[in-house]
Amino acid sequence: MRHLRSLDDLGPGGVVRLLGLTDHMVDIGRRAMPKVPALRGRTVAMCFFEDSTRTRLSFDTAAKRLSADTMTFSVSNSSLNKGESLRDTIETLESMGVDAFVVRHRSSGVPWQIARWTSAAVVNAGDGWHQHPTQALLDAYTLWTSLGRAPLEDGRPLAGVRVAIVGDIKHSRVARSDVDAFTQLGAEVVLVAPPTLLPPSLEAWPVTATDRLDDVLDTVDVLYLLRMQRERLGESLLPGLREYTSRFALTPERAARLRPEVRVMHPGPMNRGVEIGVDPARLAHSLILDQVTNGVAVRMAVLFDLLAQGGDTSTTVSALGDRHD
Amino acid sequence: MTDTPRPILFRGGTVIDAVGTRAADVLVEGDRIAAVGTGLDHPGAEVVDVTGCVVAPGFVDLHTHLREPGREEAETIETGSRAAARGGFTAVVAMPNTDPAADAVHVVQFVRAQGERAGLCEVLPSGCITVGRRGEQLAPFAELASAGVHLFTDDGNGVQDPQLMRRALEYASTLGIVLAQHCEVARLTEGAVMHEGSCCSRLGLPGWPALAEELMVHRDIELCRLTGAPVHLLHLSTARSVQLVRAAKTDGLAVTAEVTPHHLALIDELLAGFDPVFKVNPPLRTRADIEALHEGVRDGTINAIATDHAPHAPETKELPLDQAPPGMLGLETAFGVARSVLDIDLARLIGLMSWQPAAIAGVADRHGGPVAPGRPAHLAVIDPDVTWQVDPFDLASKSRNTPYTGRTLRGRVRHTVFRGRLVVRDGVAQQ
Repeated sequence: MRHLRSLDDLGPGGVVRLLGLTDHMVDIGRRAMPKVPALRGRTVAMCFFEDSTRTRLSFDTAAKRLSADTMTFSVSNSSLNKGESLRDTIETLESMGVDAFVVRHRSSGVPWQIARWTSAAVVNAGDGWHQHPTQALLDAYTLWTSLGRAPLEDGRPLAGVRVAIVGDIKHSRVARSDVDAFTQLGAEVVLVAPPTLLPPSLEAWPVTATDRLDDVLDTVDVLYLLRMQRERLGESLLPGLREYTSRFALTPERAARLRPEVRVMHPGPMNRGVEIGVDPARLAHSLILDQVTNGVAVRMAVLFDLLAQGGDTSTTVSALGDRHD
Repeated sequence: MTDTPRPILFRGGTVIDAVGTRAADVLVEGDRIAAVGTGLDHPGAEVVDVTGCVVAPGFVDLHTHLREPGREEAETIETGSRAAARGGFTAVVAMPNTDPAADAVHVVQFVRAQGERAGLCEVLPSGCITVGRRGEQLAPFAELASAGVHLFTDDGNGVQDPQLMRRALEYASTLGIVLAQHCEVARLTEGAVMHEGSCCSRLGLPGWPALAEELMVHRDIELCRLTGAPVHLLHLSTARSVQLVRAAKTDGLAVTAEVTPHHLALIDELLAGFDPVFKVNPPLRTRADIEALHEGVRDGTINAIATDHAPHAPETKELPLDQAPPGMLGLETAFGVARSVLDIDLARLIGLMSWQPAAIAGVADRHGGPVAPGRPAHLAVIDPDVTWQVDPFDLASKSRNTPYTGRTLRGRVRHTVFRGRLVVRDGVAQQ
């Protein structure tokens, strides 16, 4: 893999391969000294043109556990405020010696533009409404491990799993990447949203869609709630948050109806009282904190896959050391 | 312009104009065509061998952004004129979205004077429909018309207010001018980056729905019916727009329409690589829309091919897609692109680029007319089947935002004659 802008960059079978690699990284995280020298001498630049503390810290921790050097570029204290162009910024950083750019930007497509200007690897940490591939990988990993780690060999470890993704699909990079990841792994995905919060066309999306959460609640194995952004209210997409909550939120009533084995997920940060009206800690099977934990291991796997010498993961995994210290 | 050019004898070519197609030599003397016929000779004339080439009336572009005054870093009237001449255009309508906008006589006089100074083609200033293109108050149509303006538009903005557009057409109806509309209901396209459909849904980009164009096409056709004033519809891009215009013409309304080469050649899916060079307004559409535009060209619904030549400085096309300005270069590739993708004969294509737009621009007295003795010598000499590759660094435009980089095109303009002078010789603009 040369970049990770979307899961397409992983090629066929790539998601499964990353799940396997993430296992090694989880092991490292459990060690007394959770750090390996695999990326010593490599430099990872965190370019967060849109604020995101959690994702940035997650990537930063991942890079440091692999002994990479990191530098952080954020808009609030950057030369972009002095009129420097995106391209000049990237070229300036690259001349300091950067092996990978981790890019978050509010505009869809920026990682693709940057990849045309640099010979370093580009990792998409979220672009506009478009893609958020490491979120999808950590969601897939979290789900796979929680559901009993079905064998990876056939490439469809989530076969038979039915996932409802609920909320603002239209403006969600998480939804776009998750649909790709879950369906590649064999899961069935149903999108739950009013038509105003679906993309204009679902042609070629391997999903079904409904606006009736209550109709699918009893049939799904996973309930994936998206963050409902309040600024959408000004765009005539919804009558109001109260109606949204009554139709699409995980209310205490709906939580009581859920079968206990149903997994509940959320990419964070949660809007308590909007898309989720219960304390997730009181749910039988909330995976929300596991998602955060696994975020570091997944991002280690991605950086390792992109930057480790040789590029062939199967032979370089030994560089990570024994699985059990 | 003041010097008397040496006579030029184009020998061995085929003349194509509105009259027909015939093998003939063409002698240009002074600023006029002196003789057309076989076996011509003229002592002292420079003989240009045009065997295998077509000698046609020069092209007329209804839709050129020359950027001057205001955005000279992207294009000037001189560089844009040079690009036009290389594309075979002997007249271009300069769009009024300059800074200041062309809503006052002194601005259009400036544009015309800069065109004369460049001396490579006739620059025809258009005027705004509303002051500052703000859609609030009518621009002084009659004053601008007496300064020679024939086409009026707020291009880049559609006139949103139906009452204002109705009054504009009523007021214009007795002045012998044409109002040209950029059809876009702005409320439906806020923040839009590309065509609304399956591609934008996948790419997470805000969509520009076909409906936003079609609603205004429909409104203006009905306003044309109501007022009787002619309406020209700029850069149509959707299948339903073509249907609406076809029906309007069946009803005998004074509606004309143009399409751009890029809407005939390029599909929305090209944005999958997130390269702002493919961002344009109206956006690239679907295969079905492209096919409908082709059908509109074939059956005569579409009157003209116009470039919407829109230069932008390189750094602006390196902004994120949602911030990059829309628009692409078109003058130097227009004929080659249209020739490469359209399934119509050469004479019809030349008509769509020459005498048909000349009539809409109100310059049929001097552009696009028959290649005949006594006519003004504005000519394009075309090599209709030569293939060539587009190199952005081999363009006369000041900008580089061509979407055709590396593409092989069929058909190229070899020489352009403006006012009897060879302003382009073998593809090279003369000084």
